[in-house]
Amino acid sequence: MEAIIIGIAKSAIRLATPYLYASIGETIGQLSGVLNLGVDGVMLMGAFSAFYTVLKTGNLWLGLLVAIVVGAIFGLLIAFINVTLKAEQGISGIGVYIFGLGLSSLLFSTMVGTVQAVSGFSPLSIPLLSNIPIVGEIFFHQNILVYGAFALIPLAWFILNKTPLGLSIRAVGQHPEAADSLGVNIVRIRYFTVVLGGMLSGIAGASLSIALLNVFQQNLTNGMGFIAVALVYFGAWRPTTVLTGALLFSTVNAIQIWVQVHGINIPSDFTLMLPYIVTIVVLAAMAKRRIHPPAALNKPFERGE
Amino acid sequence: MMKMKKIIVILTLISIFVLSFGFGASAEPFRVAFIMPSAINDFAWSQSMYEALLTIQKEMGKENFEFVYSENMFVVSDAAAAIRDYASEGYDLVIAHGSQYGASLTDIAPDFPDTSFAWGSTANVFTDLGITNIFAYEPLSEQGGYVNGVLAAKLSESNIYGVIGPIETGDAKRYTEGFKAGIKSVKPDAKINVTWIGSYSDVALASEAAQAHIDAGADVLTGTSQMTVGAIGVAKQRGALWFGYDVDQSALAPQNVVASVDVIWAITLRPMIEMIKKGERGGKIFTLNLANGGLKIVVNDEALVGKTIEDIVKGNIEVKIEE
Amino acid sequence: MKYRNIREISMSLIPIAAFLLALFIGTIMIAFLGVNPLIAYQALLKGAFGSTNAIADTVVKATPLLFVGLGICIAFRAGVLNIGGEGQLVAGALSATIVCLNFPDLPGWILIIFALFVGLLCGAMWAGIAGFLKAYFKVNEILSTIMLNYIAAYGMNYLLRGPIMDPLQIELGSFIPQTTRLTHLVDLPRLIPTRLHFGTIVAVVFAILVYIFLWRTTIGFRIRMIGQNIQASRASGINVQKYMILAFVLSGALVGLGGAIEVLGVHHRLFTDGSVSGFTGSAGFNGIVAALFGQLHPIGTIPASLLLGALLTGANKMQRVVQIPSALIGALNGLIVLFVVGSEYLRRSQTRRMERTADPKYNSKNKNKKESQ
Repeated sequence: MEAIIIGIAKSAIRLATPYLYASIGETIGQLSGVLNLGVDGVMLMGAFSAFYTVLKTGNLWLGLLVAIVVGAIFGLLIAFINVTLKAEQGISGIGVYIFGLGLSSLLFSTMVGTVQAVSGFSPLSIPLLSNIPIVGEIFFHQNILVYGAFALIPLAWFILNKTPLGLSIRAVGQHPEAADSLGVNIVRIRYFTVVLGGMLSGIAGASLSIALLNVFQQNLTNGMGFIAVALVYFGAWRPTTVLTGALLFSTVNAIQIWVQVHGINIPSDFTLMLPYIVTIVVLAAMAKRRIHPPAALNKPFERGE
Repeated sequence: MMKMKKIIVILTLISIFVLSFGFGASAEPFRVAFIMPSAINDFAWSQSMYEALLTIQKEMGKENFEFVYSENMFVVSDAAAAIRDYASEGYDLVIAHGSQYGASLTDIAPDFPDTSFAWGSTANVFTDLGITNIFAYEPLSEQGGYVNGVLAAKLSESNIYGVIGPIETGDAKRYTEGFKAGIKSVKPDAKINVTWIGSYSDVALASEAAQAHIDAGADVLTGTSQMTVGAIGVAKQRGALWFGYDVDQSALAPQNVVASVDVIWAITLRPMIEMIKKGERGGKIFTLNLANGGLKIVVNDEALVGKTIEDIVKGNIEVKIEE
Repeated sequence: MKYRNIREISMSLIPIAAFLLALFIGTIMIAFLGVNPLIAYQALLKGAFGSTNAIADTVVKATPLLFVGLGICIAFRAGVLNIGGEGQLVAGALSATIVCLNFPDLPGWILIIFALFVGLLCGAMWAGIAGFLKAYFKVNEILSTIMLNYIAAYGMNYLLRGPIMDPLQIELGSFIPQTTRLTHLVDLPRLIPTRLHFGTIVAVVFAILVYIFLWRTTIGFRIRMIGQNIQASRASGINVQKYMILAFVLSGALVGLGGAIEVLGVHHRLFTDGSVSGFTGSAGFNGIVAALFGQLHPIGTIPASLLLGALLTGANKMQRVVQIPSALIGALNGLIVLFVVGSEYLRRSQTRRMERTADPKYNSKNKNKKESQ
């Protein structure tokens, strides 16, 4: 019994990692009023860049850095289109997704060619803590990018709720006119959050290609970025609730795999549906009051001319 | 008068000689168009056919064999447009490499009686519809699975096995049934756990499925389709053995991939090309099995650590699968 | 006067200029791979319009985009983004297929109308689930529609590998996940001897119906008002929530109908390759792009879908002729979307400048209404 719980929990934590990075990045961006549906495309570019760097240099940290830089570049692109050009954010996101998917596949085909494995970040035990029975094995024997994802949650919470920067971000998303009149540079804040979101999506991709899966293939993420965006809504733009959502989704997924492995006689298609159904059901059960998205979400800012 | 006739005859003979010589020198290359649902580097289904086409090209020479391809044609109506287009461009053989393309072929093939079409995995050449220019190819994946299963059973210590499949249909289903039968023929009390991850490309879920199998005690894993690269990575990380399908997968984990069922499509392409050259454009079902070399078990000695395949399998393996 | 006309023309040229700029970048990428860009683009045009078959393929590709686009028009005008198109296409396709499989004895035309109607209804219901969850449980529709897309895919897989799998497949032992070919009685008539089918006419008819609905009925007017000014709508007593959900459901209905038509007009059976995109061709997402290129106007969505269909069809031909990796086509598609979407800004600022030059006394500081878009 103990082994089963440990197995499922460890699996859930691994599965949740890329969602955490990407969802938090999207949450911060959305809190400032910018919607980015192209997260998956940026994740793929981050995954490929990290993979290629590690393949050629063997340096994992360099790979991670390259993924962050590539994610930042895409963030700049998205910010330019959504904030400066004030484009329709729903579809510019889809454009980013299609572009990122195509470009990462193209680069993979031309620069790498065949599927190859790399030696990514391996599990790192945290001394002392990893010796705690059960909990130690589950939480403190994961690789460093997993730790990073979970450390990100309190960090994001702190920045968003306890710093002037966080206040500015939320103000820009909720009352841009008021923030503007108080001297907050809307454009700069939005560029910042979107570039940060891009960087986090890049790390999310890297967590797949150089830590958890240690391989790259066309369409490696298989739509994870869209789930990450969905989880932002589950999380009601709060990092702690985003964590709950990511863990819920991943845990149910880990459980349904376990159900299949142990031969429980439910058609696989139905067990595969479970994470999606449960996410909806739990969100429905959780809603006590109306949850308002940031008022300025998906609305480009224009000062009265 | 007689002299004139003689001269004409001689000149005619010389012309015929020269012309036939000229014909022989400028032979048209055999042109193939290849449509596939994933990429040529998917490490599975599409890659194995691509490699076969390269083999044929090397054998026949680039001036005698040309091929073009369209990857990632998972949208069936796009693939249908591609098949039709290649046919109208005069390709000799259009390979529609995917079971989802069959329906489109029934629409297109009758419009191009001088073109040959081939598809698989299937045993249907649509003779009931009066079509004569479609070939079919069918790898008996259950046979490959059976041999993998026997080898797996002989190497496993825990007697628990894990299968990571995409969707329970087609080749994947047949391979899995064969694998289970192969194991049971050696160890009837084996525990074989099967997971279907619902997609051909969800590498992350495949990786977690492999972890779950190993947590449940499996020390031998197998699976089909491109997402298995995730499972192979886990096998490598946790020291499990892997049996592959479609292509030789040992490059990804040289110490863990014991054997792969390499599908040698070339053994169908060669006779198919000959038939087309002779004017027979379809109607034959090509089976790929162990006996005719269509399925080849590629053993990776490195993973056997000192033993040889002869140590493990004494004698021949006879494939016996109950229906 | 003349100045204004030039302005108007230059405004509509902006998206075209953006499109060409994206193609230019594509040229660089293509040249980088060692291919002659001129030949490549020539192939693109030929693939989209170069023959009767090509035009037919373009129109057939555009048809589901139009259905989805029309759905998006309604939803977006009410201020809701429907990204559940993929799932709603499947719901429509699946239900229409099941109807055709189970009532083979009905006369052809009745069965067609019945199947299409059921497809429309099921698409509406699939969207309705998201609408219901939003109304009564405050579940955000972006989350629910994304989740429902996956649920639809798995549901389709389950049915196609079991209950509705072609008996022939089971007999042959190949287990290909598809249904049997539907009776020829339900084939939508072909317009000319190509793949072009009657469903396109249905789509255009519905485009007109949607236009009438949005601009000539009270409900449509209210829907548009909610999208333009939600406060004013509430203030005038409109039940905003109810109408947003209605818009969502109508959106799903159109998409579901599109899915049903794809089955009856193009494929004549249902099949899967695991994901839904083998069947939908991502029309659920591309349709959103088409709707926005069509300025969210049902009539405008017609040429927009056609152009997008042409682009997608032509790009596939380009891939075949110059043998570039399909991934480059994808990257190019993405670039085009980005450039055209980004160029909207220029177009909009031109609109504003035009309005101001038209009326020098116009005080722009009085504008607190969101621009009509």
